[in-house]
Amino acid sequence: MAQVVLKQINKFYDSVHAVKDVNLQIRDKEFVVFVGPSGCGKTTTLRMIAGLEAISSGDISIGGQVVNELAPMDRDIAMVFQNYALYPHMSVFDNMAFGLKMRKFDKSEIVTRVNHAADILGIQELLKRKPRQLSGGQRQRVALGRAIVRHPQVFLFDEPLSNLDAKLRVQMRVELKKLHQRLGTTAVYVTHDQVEAMTLGDRVVVMKDGWVQQVGEPLELYNQPANKFVAGFIGSPAMNFSTVTVTERDGGLTAVNGGMNIVVPPHLVDRLKPHANQQMTLGIRPEDLRVANGSDPAGLSFDSKVEVIEQLGSEILLDVRVGDGTMVASVEPTTRTKIQESLRLAMNPARLHFFDAKTEAAV
Amino acid sequence: MIEGAKWRTWVYFRIPLFLFLLFLLFPFYWMVITSFRPDGELYRPWNAMNYNPFFTLKPTLDHIRYLFEETLFATWLWNTMIIAAASTAISLFCGVLAGYALSRLNFPFAGSLGTGIFITYLVPQTLLFIPLAEIIRNYKLGDTPWSLILTYPTFLIPFCTWLMMGYFKAVPKELEECARIDGASRWQAMLYIIIPVAIPGILSAGIFAFTLSWNEFIYALVFLSSPEQKTVPVGVTSELIRGDVFFWGPLMAGALLGSIPVALVYSFFVEHYVSGLTGSVKG
Ligand SMILES: Nc1ncnc2c1ncn2[C@@H]1O[C@H](COP(=O)(O)OP(=O)(O)OP(=O)(O)O)[C@@H](O)[C@H]1O
Ligand SMILES: [Mg+2]
Repeated sequence: MAQVVLKQINKFYDSVHAVKDVNLQIRDKEFVVFVGPSGCGKTTTLRMIAGLEAISSGDISIGGQVVNELAPMDRDIAMVFQNYALYPHMSVFDNMAFGLKMRKFDKSEIVTRVNHAADILGIQELLKRKPRQLSGGQRQRVALGRAIVRHPQVFLFDEPLSNLDAKLRVQMRVELKKLHQRLGTTAVYVTHDQVEAMTLGDRVVVMKDGWVQQVGEPLELYNQPANKFVAGFIGSPAMNFSTVTVTERDGGLTAVNGGMNIVVPPHLVDRLKPHANQQMTLGIRPEDLRVANGSDPAGLSFDSKVEVIEQLGSEILLDVRVGDGTMVASVEPTTRTKIQESLRLAMNPARLHFFDAKTEAAV
Repeated sequence: MIEGAKWRTWVYFRIPLFLFLLFLLFPFYWMVITSFRPDGELYRPWNAMNYNPFFTLKPTLDHIRYLFEETLFATWLWNTMIIAAASTAISLFCGVLAGYALSRLNFPFAGSLGTGIFITYLVPQTLLFIPLAEIIRNYKLGDTPWSLILTYPTFLIPFCTWLMMGYFKAVPKELEECARIDGASRWQAMLYIIIPVAIPGILSAGIFAFTLSWNEFIYALVFLSSPEQKTVPVGVTSELIRGDVFFWGPLMAGALLGSIPVALVYSFFVEHYVSGLTGSVKG
């Protein structure tokens, strides 16, 4: 049973406050992904769990035991580094066996375990090679193998796929997911790639500037982002934001800006009432916009002018100008339109998001 | 690499390289030719009839025989070897440990300590030998190999430390962190991971240290007095130059034989040595 609990974790580097009041319960067998922009404190958090970095304040426990003062070797964890950190002077076999040798395992046990791990990862024929004779993907596998031979309580990954090319990254992502399903070991994974976060994580922790913004299952983050930052970070292409003023009209609410007159759908009216006559940020994802047809109510559609057309095959991304702002819409691949043409777009009322203009929290 | 027109490679590459080689190798050539040239040719005046300084038709081993039979050259070689090896070993040991500590352990003043060590390296030997002579006398080490084995590290340790610091800094720290997570103590991580990875750097430091102590002159001149204790550089110059008489043949033969061991050490390690200077470790 290896749950990992972070309680009020803080980290200061001299004057830099890198990690701020992080609280998190990682359940046994769970795959948790930390995601956020560069410098948000993901790596620092991971290194504190590993014991490579001292905790400034707070408690970390692994499997019920507080590990604040435990050396990395006594925490029963394994870590995969971004640059793999394979021992360059050792063969693949010795790389994988090193941790077991240090822990004084039997020779025969070491051989069994390394071979088993090599089987799982499909690297049996590489065991005699040196790291420099391996491709990036193979090194990645060896680094994974070195982590799994020890049967640790927790796996820690720091952007393990970021040095691979796009195609290999997708492939390794799938393999990592399979590996986790097979081994069921608790895993903490750091990445700045939201696609990796969404596809790998049982739960995702979004961080910014050392603060945890939101913790939740991938779809929860996608559908109910807690604030504007999460809304903009999760999903690709990113959510469109525009500043609107919410006004009361005909007993209902309307969100108005230069190019739009959106009637606030009924399920949001109660929540937006307190913000009447204030500025707010309206968020709508590109995939929740479509080309309007005659039957769309005027209160859920708006006029726009096409500026850029990006053909992706499965969809078309349109950069459009609305009033004095721009938006991205993902429309049907069969849509015919031209640059500078005007186009009426309709939005899915169920998927409108409103954020407080000042606090940026979702309403 | 594609360089373009042929004449370019000649003008910009081959000819300059050739001139450079000529410039570098000529002294060695002169040394070799003088070692094997009979005395009769050596002391022939420049305007004599058949004067030709660049080669000889009557090579002789007389000078080398003279070195080994009439002087203590073999003893000097042996002394130099022992002293250079011992002081290199001491300096490498200290330099590797100090370099590791200064580059990897975060202790207060690590930075200024590193700079301090470098500054001691900058103090010229021509000044340092004066206080050192005092110490050598007080400990009654004068005229023994120990006077050099123990004083050479005063400049070799800073040198090795500085070189190793740079090298250890280039080794990714994740290697060590990974070893620590894998269950190695700091000592084990250093012994099994960092030092093996740093072998090219250690070899370069060793070769440089060995060469520096092999060629060292001032300390050897000051601290040793009896002929049977001398090292090659001091022995050759003090026993083969009498007043203003230069025994050119044996002198050059001594220089030639004295440089052979260093050349051997170089060529033996050259592969590692080159990679140690030009490349660092890539994860
Ligand atoms: N050793 C250090 N000394 C001082 N400041 C540090 C140190 N390591 C990290 N920081 C700071 O702490 C903050 C968090 O860094 P961290 O490495 O955790 O970011 P990250 O989220 O992993 O970013 P990235 O995606 O770029 O890897 C940054 O502002 C960084 O400048
Ligand atoms: Mg990082």
